Amino acid sequence: MADFYFNLPLWFRLLVQGFAVIMVVFPIAGFCSLAERKVSAWIQGRPGPNRALPVFIAWVPVLGPFLQRLGIFHFMADGGKMLFKEDSLPGHVNKFYFILAPIVAMMPALTTVTTVPFGAYLDAAGQVIPLGLARVDIGLLAVFAVSSLGVYSLILAGWASNSKYPFLGGVRASAQLISYELAMTLSVVPVFLWINSPGMPGTMSLARAVEFQSLPGFFGGAWFIFIMPVAALIFLVSLFAETNRHPFDMAEGEADLVGGFHTEYGAFKWGLFFVAEYAHMLIGSGVFTLLFLGGWNPLPWVTLAQFAALLHVAQLPLVVGLLSIGIFLGKVIALIFFFMWVRWTVPRFRYDQVMKLGWQKLLPLAIANLIAYAIGIAVIQK
Amino acid sequence: MTMNAHPYAFLAVFLAVAVAFPLILLSVAQLWFRFFQPAKPSLDKGSAYECGIEPTGDSWIQFKAHYYLYAILFLIFDVEVLFLLPFAVAFTGLPVGALVAMLVFILLLAEGLVWAWQRGHLEWK
Repeated sequence: MADFYFNLPLWFRLLVQGFAVIMVVFPIAGFCSLAERKVSAWIQGRPGPNRALPVFIAWVPVLGPFLQRLGIFHFMADGGKMLFKEDSLPGHVNKFYFILAPIVAMMPALTTVTTVPFGAYLDAAGQVIPLGLARVDIGLLAVFAVSSLGVYSLILAGWASNSKYPFLGGVRASAQLISYELAMTLSVVPVFLWINSPGMPGTMSLARAVEFQSLPGFFGGAWFIFIMPVAALIFLVSLFAETNRHPFDMAEGEADLVGGFHTEYGAFKWGLFFVAEYAHMLIGSGVFTLLFLGGWNPLPWVTLAQFAALLHVAQLPLVVGLLSIGIFLGKVIALIFFFMWVRWTVPRFRYDQVMKLGWQKLLPLAIANLIAYAIGIAVIQK
Repeated sequence: MTMNAHPYAFLAVFLAVAVAFPLILLSVAQLWFRFFQPAKPSLDKGSAYECGIEPTGDSWIQFKAHYYLYAILFLIFDVEVLFLLPFAVAFTGLPVGALVAMLVFILLLAEGLVWAWQRGHLEWK
């Protein structure tokens, strides 16, 4: 099976992989939108979406009504609605940049997915080999570099709309994104201080971070969230701000800015922004899982290899691969649920509070954290 | 498993895919609009959205110059943070002197922050 795949021409494999990424990102974004509605309904004590039902499913006796109540068809209906809506272009917009902005929003979201390793399998010698599409050794740097291009889409959308609310939303969002990027980048430096141990080639690869959370011993097996709780907290808070999620959704605060930077957008152009937002959430949760939650290790101090041996499947690479992907996705989905939980629990910040938190709390905290860990790790190693 | 022999080449190819895919989607939506949907343009539909009332004045409104200050501060700090990443990667191979030098560099970063803070640039007024 694997040999057959690798004997295919390179362009064909690239095409298949590109298609696979799109086929993973789009349905997950769709399911996230459905989950968002269901979770919000659950938290607010209402049933949530439970109407959409295709005709042929309605004939199935028990399963049909169950799936209807689950609202599983709503995200397909949403997708269809986006495609069939009038793709109107308001007369006052700057047409080229107006259409360019959603494309710029999708581009980093789809590209960074490829650099995130999503699972692992055991080879014949019992080595853990990570699975990933593009295993670049600058892993995290690539994620940061490409995903921060997303800020251009907000600025372009806000500016090209040529309207008051989008303009203010775009300006606010860009200032917020760049502010939290600093704290975010600084908070992960201690992780890489830790994992670039003597005698190994220096790297920023995300797979290496997981490898270092599956070593034997007390500190070896501990997830980085236990070793560096402050860094994890800063990263998580910045992640909320970077993905424009709820307590930080200054870009589209509907009370004061209607829809923010995408007020003038509709139909599929709006849909692309929507998918990009969920894709960013997915990637952010994935990176947080890899860096701080042990990646594909099932529990702290229990590695994937030990877990596979416990289940007697260590000799079956396919089973271990699927198991690791399942564990990784489970953690990512739990984090996405956490995102939604916070959204429906915490009230929105004011803009001055957002800037204050970013510059006067998180940034000094991240610098202090970095200095403490740099000195601490140097003392341990020397 | 290295699924691709040249990860960076794959990244570059995928960049093209990531640009092409939304373009295709938007073209499909546009074609659908062209051929199957009756165009019903109206003055209200084409005007800027301001909560449903008549748009007033120019859309080029003033906004706080403070945003620029944050952008400039970001630029300085981001370049400094960028220098910290190679430091983190090469960390264990560094002698104590280099570590001290790096700490001085981080303190310079912190000093810049303190300066901006004292000048009141970080206060959102």
